[in-house]
Formats: sequence, C-alpha cells, structure tokens
Amino acid sequence: MKKKLSEGLSALVKARTGIDGLDEITGGGLPAGRPTLVCGSAGCGKTMLAMEFLVRGATQFDEPGVFMMFEENAAELTANVRSLGFDLEKLIAEKKIVLDYVHIERSEIEETGEYDLEGLFIRLGHAIDTIGAKRVVLDTIEALFAGLPNQAVLRAELRRLFRWLKDRGMTAVITGEKGDGNAITRYGLEEYVADCVIILDQRIREQVSTRRLRVLKYRGTAHGMNEYPFLISPHGFSVLPITSLLLEHAVSTQRVPTGIDRLDEMLGGQGVFQGSSVLVSGSSGTGKSSIAAKFIETACERGERALFFAYEESAAQIVRNMRSVDIDLQPWIDRGLLQIQSSRPTLQGLEQHLVLMHGAVQTFRPTVVVVDPISNLTLADDDSEVKPTLMRLIDFLKKEQITAVFTSLITGGDSVSAPEDTLLGVSSLMDTWLLLRNVEFTGERNRTIFVRKSRGMAHSNQVREFILSDRGIDLVDVYLGGDRVLTGSARVAQEAQERDAATLRGEDHERKLRQLGSKRKAIEAQIAALQAEAEADSEEVHFAIAQELLQQKATHRNADAMKHQRSGSTEQLEDLVKEIV
Amino acid sequence: MTNAHLEAVEPAGETTHYVLHLYVTGSTPRSIQAIANIRKICEAHLVGRYDLDVVDISEDPMRAQSEQIIAAPTLIKTLPLPLRRFIGDMSQTDRIMVGLDLRAGGAAIPTERS
Repeated sequence: MKKKLSEGLSALVKARTGIDGLDEITGGGLPAGRPTLVCGSAGCGKTMLAMEFLVRGATQFDEPGVFMMFEENAAELTANVRSLGFDLEKLIAEKKIVLDYVHIERSEIEETGEYDLEGLFIRLGHAIDTIGAKRVVLDTIEALFAGLPNQAVLRAELRRLFRWLKDRGMTAVITGEKGDGNAITRYGLEEYVADCVIILDQRIREQVSTRRLRVLKYRGTAHGMNEYPFLISPHGFSVLPITSLLLEHAVSTQRVPTGIDRLDEMLGGQGVFQGSSVLVSGSSGTGKSSIAAKFIETACERGERALFFAYEESAAQIVRNMRSVDIDLQPWIDRGLLQIQSSRPTLQGLEQHLVLMHGAVQTFRPTVVVVDPISNLTLADDDSEVKPTLMRLIDFLKKEQITAVFTSLITGGDSVSAPEDTLLGVSSLMDTWLLLRNVEFTGERNRTIFVRKSRGMAHSNQVREFILSDRGIDLVDVYLGGDRVLTGSARVAQEAQERDAATLRGEDHERKLRQLGSKRKAIEAQIAALQAEAEADSEEVHFAIAQELLQQKATHRNADAMKHQRSGSTEQLEDLVKEIV
Repeated sequence: MTNAHLEAVEPAGETTHYVLHLYVTGSTPRSIQAIANIRKICEAHLVGRYDLDVVDISEDPMRAQSEQIIAAPTLIKTLPLPLRRFIGDMSQTDRIMVGLDLRAGGAAIPTERS
C-alpha cells in the first residue's frame, strides 16, 4: 500500500521537515519548491514550527534556509529558540541560516506616489544567494499589512512574491495569523498560497490546554485529515506521532511470558505475543498493578528494559507496595533497567501525556511498557477522544515491537456484564484482555481472573482464582460447586471435603478388594473339592468297567471249560484253570 | 512622538541642512522618475543646503537590509530629525513638502507623474 502511494505521487517532490510526526501526516514532508501556509492564533507555535523546519533542513537535509521575520528581531528570536535546543548563532556562523529582520514603522512612512516591494525581493534574493538557500520562512508577512498603507499594491506584490519564490524553487513556510470566524487568515493569505495549508490551534478544555495541528489542504497528495496534538518540548516541536494512516506494522511470533506460570498456561502455555497490547481490567483492589509489576519484573530478569507510567502512585510507593507480594523492583531501578515515571493525570491533556510517553519511550527504548492505569488518563477527556489517541499510542508501541500492559479501573462494582461494556471502546484495540473480578461469597471477597480474549492463540476459557500473598502471585483452579464458582475458604472447605470423601472411597475399595480376594479363595477351594470328587467318580467307573470285563471273560472261560469237560480232556481243563488263576 | 523629542528638533528654518538618501532599484522608469522628482524639489527649496545620496540597492543589497528598505523607491530623511521615510515615485509633491517641513508659500511645484 505504501509502495502504491509513493508511486502515485512520484511527480510531487516533498521536502522533509524533520519534525517528529509531521512528515508522517504529510506523507513525507512539505511540497518541495512551493510555499506552505502555517496559520494559527497568537502563541500557538507557528514561529517554532517554521524555525524547526529551517533548522532541521539546514542540519539534517543539507538545505540552508533564510528566516525573514517581521515581528521579532534576531536577538529575540535567537533567545526564544534556544529553549528548543537550537543554536542559531552557530548556524549563522556556519552560513547555514540567514536571519533578516524586516521592520516597518508605520508612523514614519509617507506615500508619495507609486511604488513596489522590490526592496524586499532584493533582500530576500540576496540572503538566498549568500548561502545557497533551499528553504525560506516568512514570519509573519502579514505585518506588512499594518505597515504599508496601500493594500492593493501589497496584495499584488505578495502574489508576485509567492510566484517568485516558486520560480526560484524555494520550499517556503509562510506564517499567518488566524482570522476571525471562518477566515483562515486575517488578511486572506490562503488566497496566494494554495499548495499546502497547515492550521495550528490551541484550546483549553477543563483547564487543560492542548495544542493541535491539522493539514487543511495539501494539493496533489494524500494526507492525514485529523487534528493531531502536538507539543513544544525541549527537543523541539513534536506532533503526536502517527502511524495509524497505514496498518502495516510487522508482527512477531515471539512469545513473552507474563511471569505468572499459571497465567502463561492459560494463554496457550507461552504467554503473550511480543509487541502486543494487554489490557488488565478490574475494579479496585483486584490486583491489576500486581500483574503489571510481575510482568515488568520478569522482563527485567530477562535483562530487558521496562518503562512504568504510573498515574496513581509515586515510584517509591509502588516499590514499597509491590514488596508485599514478593516483587522487588528496586534492584532493577538501580541497575537502570526499570524506569518509573509518575505524574498526575490532570497535569496535562491526554494528548500531551501521550506525546511525553512517546518521548520517554524513544529515549529509554524499553521492550515492555506499563501504563497504570489508562482509565485515569482518560478522566478529564471525552470518551470519543480517548480511543483515537490511545490507538495512536498503541500503534506506536506496536511499530516499535514493544509489549504494552494497560491496566484499567472498572467502576461500578462487580456486576457481571455492565462494567465491561464501558471499556468496549478501548478493549477492541487490545490483543489480550485479562479480566479480574472480585467474587463475594460466604462472607469473603476473593479475586478471580479469566482471559476475556487473546488474539492469535489458544487460550483457556476457565476462571481461575487469583491469589496475592507474600509468596507472590499464583493462580489456583476454582471449584465448581453446584452452579457456582467457589473461591477462598469456601474453596478450601470444598477441597477438604473432597479429600475426605476420596479417603473414604479409597478405604471402601480396599475392603471390597479384600472381600473379592477371600471369595476367590473360597471358590478355588470348592473347585479343588469338585475336581477330587470327579476324579474319585471316574476311578470308580473304571473299576466297575474292569470288573465287568473280568466277569465276562470268566463267563467265557467257564463256558469253554464246560465244553471241554463235556468233551473229556483233563489237560485242557488244567490249562483253563491256570488261565483263570 | 513625544514633546521632549520635538524640543530637541530645531525648527526647520532657511539654514537647516538636509541629508537625504534615495534608494532605488536599478534604472527602472520608476527609479528615474523618483530621482528626477526629488532633485527638482531640492533644487527648488533646498539650494545649497542638502546632500542627496542615491543608492541602487540592487547593487548594494546589504544597504537595503541595514536601512530597512522594503518598498522602492524609498527616500529617507536622516537630517533634520525626526527621521522620515517616503515611499513612491515622489510625484506627490505636497506630501513630500509637508514631510520635509517645507511649506514655503504653500504652492506646489509641478512635478511629473509617471
């Protein structure tokens, strides 16, 4: 997608501003060789933006620049931008930047006929030629309207000026004061600068001030249409970094253990994906922070860096409290692997917090980030604003392959469905959602945990009991007694009951086995007796048969002997007697 | 303009010396017009007591910067004080006369207009 985009825009060359986030919104920078109008009300950062554009151009992109100012003089400007870390004097000495202060005192001037602004052109042209400038800033050229009486001449000359800048191929930033009502600028500068218009805005809501930037118009290119918060920090101008224009961050199949073995088991046995976002939600006292702290401790044990944004407790307080569940964070802080940044959520607007977080992440380069809790950050803001800003943070962390744990406080008790729904906006951005819940039963409150969702992995559908003790964090299977989940002492009682029942059942089995054994022995004895009887029977039968045979034979002999006797042979009779005997 | 400032300034009399700088851009018709017009005024009213310095800022851009020249042509009256700037081709003589504090007779000297 990115490729297609850049192919389509090959005709439009862009000059990178080097300003955090702005190049992302504009898809690569301001239109090169054309003027861009930056407008906004007083004090919203126009000059800072223009100056950073120029300084970054001179230092990073080898494009020297001319700063023509109409309101501040060189000394004032130099002092002002020093707070952003820009050393103008050095850049001027290196011939990378030229400052020209144009001052008009209306009371001194008398019109005596026809004139033009050739003097301005000559000065600008001279400054450009001196250093071979590629960039020009006019801040704020509208001052001429107050200084010169003839507006018709001025307008004609401004049109000529912008044309002239284009012809010379200058990438220019022209600042303008915001007009009343719908007017973009007070003197209608947008009429002359039609290529790119950026609007800066500063607004205060609920006593928190937020600066925002919007690309109103960018001829011939796709650009982010939204308002983006920005911050002027000691590192310069920073538009909240946007990566959400394209959803194309690389994903990792690497898994990161949570530090709680049984929890990893519930998450397919290996923990969460590296670079994914984990939401831990629950009402107060369900152990959200402890899970987050364990996660951090485990990361530090692997030698990785972790960043903890705390919006409820101070760093010292977190360290002390986590000791009670056997998590000692102090050694990791000492070794520089863990940074805890505590601040009041109401100190700044949500966007500003996010910009600061972004800065901290970029400086510290952690692999794990914890925000505890995000629900506090969103306190002062509209729900409608929370989602897009959080999305930007999550996108940024994903892009950097940082695993993020967000805790979120659910208000409104522990009822089954309602409080979860209040998080729906945020939860859809999360890859893994752990839900902690207090279960109150038989006079005690116990913690339970379950995996509400976990993208891209098999995960347990079971509710576990979540135990925090001085031995650390553990998960235990809950007992399902009848139609409800048993936890805490009810679970222990149930466990004991089941154990007793098991013992009883065991004894019963042994008894039955013994009975079976003796029965078998009795049967065996019976079998032996029956066999003996059978053998005795068969012997008798054989004996009877033999007897019968003998009798038969004897009968035959007797018959023969009779025959012999009747025929009168004594010898035969004797033989016969012998035979019989 | 404060009163103190005014007191410091000598009333423009017949003896006051004038120092004038005319900044033009090359030899454009408007430049030539302006030079001719201002010379005519000076010769008519300031004979022998004026210095007129004509500067071509396209030749000397640094002067344009240091003297805060934006419009061309620009005439700067450095003396007598207060400093005054006149922009244009110097064709509106009455305005220059008022600005230079030369209201002798009040009759305007005809000058050429471009």
